[in-house]
Amino acid sequence: MKKYSNIRATLAIARASLKSILRSPSAVIFSLAFPLIFILVFGFIGGGAVTVDVGVAKTCDTVNPVYQELKKVSVVNLIHNQPADELNSNLSKGTIDALLDIRNNADKKFEREHPVFEVNVQYTKASSKGNILKSVLANILNGINQAFHQRILKQEAPPQITRLKETVISGREYKTIDFILPGQLGFSLLSTGVFGTAFVFLSLRITLVIKRFFATPVKRASIVIGEALARITFSLMGALFIIIIGHYAFGFTLVNGVVTVINMLILSTIGVIVFMGFGFVVSGIAKSESTVPPIANIITLPQFLLSGTFFSINAFPAWLQPISHALPLTYLNDALRKVAFEGAGLIDVSHQLLILGIWGLVIYTVAVKTFKWE
Amino acid sequence: MKKQSVITVKNLVKNYGDFAAVKDISFEVYEGEIFGLLGPNGAGKTTTLEIIETLRDKTSGEIWVDGFSVDTDADSIKQRIGVQLQAAGYYPNLNLSELIDLFSGLYGITKTPMEMLQKVALTDKAKAKYKQLSGGQKQRFSIATTLINNPRIIFLDEPTTGLDPQARRNLWDLIKEIRDAGTTVVITTHYMDEAEVLCDRVAFIDGGKVVGIDTPDNFIDKLVSSGFERPKQVKLANLEDVFINLTGKNWRDE
Repeated sequence: MKKYSNIRATLAIARASLKSILRSPSAVIFSLAFPLIFILVFGFIGGGAVTVDVGVAKTCDTVNPVYQELKKVSVVNLIHNQPADELNSNLSKGTIDALLDIRNNADKKFEREHPVFEVNVQYTKASSKGNILKSVLANILNGINQAFHQRILKQEAPPQITRLKETVISGREYKTIDFILPGQLGFSLLSTGVFGTAFVFLSLRITLVIKRFFATPVKRASIVIGEALARITFSLMGALFIIIIGHYAFGFTLVNGVVTVINMLILSTIGVIVFMGFGFVVSGIAKSESTVPPIANIITLPQFLLSGTFFSINAFPAWLQPISHALPLTYLNDALRKVAFEGAGLIDVSHQLLILGIWGLVIYTVAVKTFKWE
Repeated sequence: MKKQSVITVKNLVKNYGDFAAVKDISFEVYEGEIFGLLGPNGAGKTTTLEIIETLRDKTSGEIWVDGFSVDTDADSIKQRIGVQLQAAGYYPNLNLSELIDLFSGLYGITKTPMEMLQKVALTDKAKAKYKQLSGGQKQRFSIATTLINNPRIIFLDEPTTGLDPQARRNLWDLIKEIRDAGTTVVITTHYMDEAEVLCDRVAFIDGGKVVGIDTPDNFIDKLVSSGFERPKQVKLANLEDVFINLTGKNWRDE
């Protein structure tokens, strides 16, 4: 009799499982369609840098140097066409960030041949972006006043006790897609790992498919490894698809090209293996298919919201940050972003990998205890 | 002529905690026969079957299957038997050919799906999913998966439950063909007419014990000679004969 091949059995399961996943609508929707929709949405609306919307009153003098300088500042978006009452109401709502009215008060007490401009700015508590305008204006006014001293009054500028030196280095533009895509990729891996694994092992157990497998010479390890291979293959196909669409359609930055993609895929593999551990645990705890989604959501939702999928963790209040810094997806997202945008190698993200590894160790220890074959 | 024994069960006991599901069962199955395990629900039939199939641990006793002990050679036994479980499902989203391919891989055997489906007359369903099949087709497909590894013995756990008379008869023919091709068949059923038609020998199990083993004919003859009489005069046909007579013998898709 020919010797029994465990590898052949493992591959047979992997092949069957992959076919089954590709034909399952929920797997394809959660792992591919959802991330792509988010990427599309953010890719189209999120192109913008910060702008400060400044309403310009009808009475505003627009030929003065302050206004001319302000026009050159790209951050400031000057709005002319709104009547006074609309400007006021928009200001109180925060739809515009500030209201500008520059008056020429030339003939007061100072020298008549030089105009004196009074810059009236109203800010609003409804928007915090007024501060940007405040510093822009301070810069402009400072410059104009100094120039006035030097050239027109032929005086030395007053002695300065602080001095500002500004330089701009050339850098890569950090686009919204560069933030969003790794986050969505990470989340796609999380949901494939947790939901997919939990559902498949629970349903194989409940429908006695696994029991029937046990009546063949197949080893338990072959069943687990075969399923894992299928899920990793599916995840990597999905990751590659998301990366390619992101790169060609939305200019997702891949610093070192193919090397970056390969590094991202290696990270994805590590990520999905860790997340599958959660899936094994869920499949062991859940009593029926209807209890899988609530339990799986307890694991995935906090990570969806708190692991820097949509917003940078730095934007969260201080008390939330320790929670964010405890979640495995945080580190996968972080590592993916570093690799994709900063061109980091896998060694550069060894800290993130270490924490993912610790999570993997913990969760598989729990999985071994909770997993049920029948 | 002493028949060759292919399964030997000696003093099998299975306890679940305080509950004794199987209490000291012993029997032999001979090569090339259809052996029936009969008895009411909860009698221990399925437990006994699953212990022989190496799917369940026993509490005590000894079992040999085709010369291999379940204690030491479970893997060799698995390669020599085919198992149809009561109410087992199949891997989701795959069609019948793909399922046969999967099982070929699990057994480490090269069989074409068509070759297997032909044995159970399901070649026209090769691209269908398991759940799209009718009850009778499902059972025939299950039997096809038990035959992939050319087993010496196949185990069928209530294969005809829930089938209509035509599908039942069709399955009997299939099971007899398998026996005639040299495979030993162990079957459980609740239908005594089925056991009478199909089984070469039967064992009655009740309360976790064997209460009798013999051929169906001998059992009936013994009962009759003990003076047993049916309260109602037996007619030459029964209602199932009427059913088949009226609706035709041909098995049909549901």
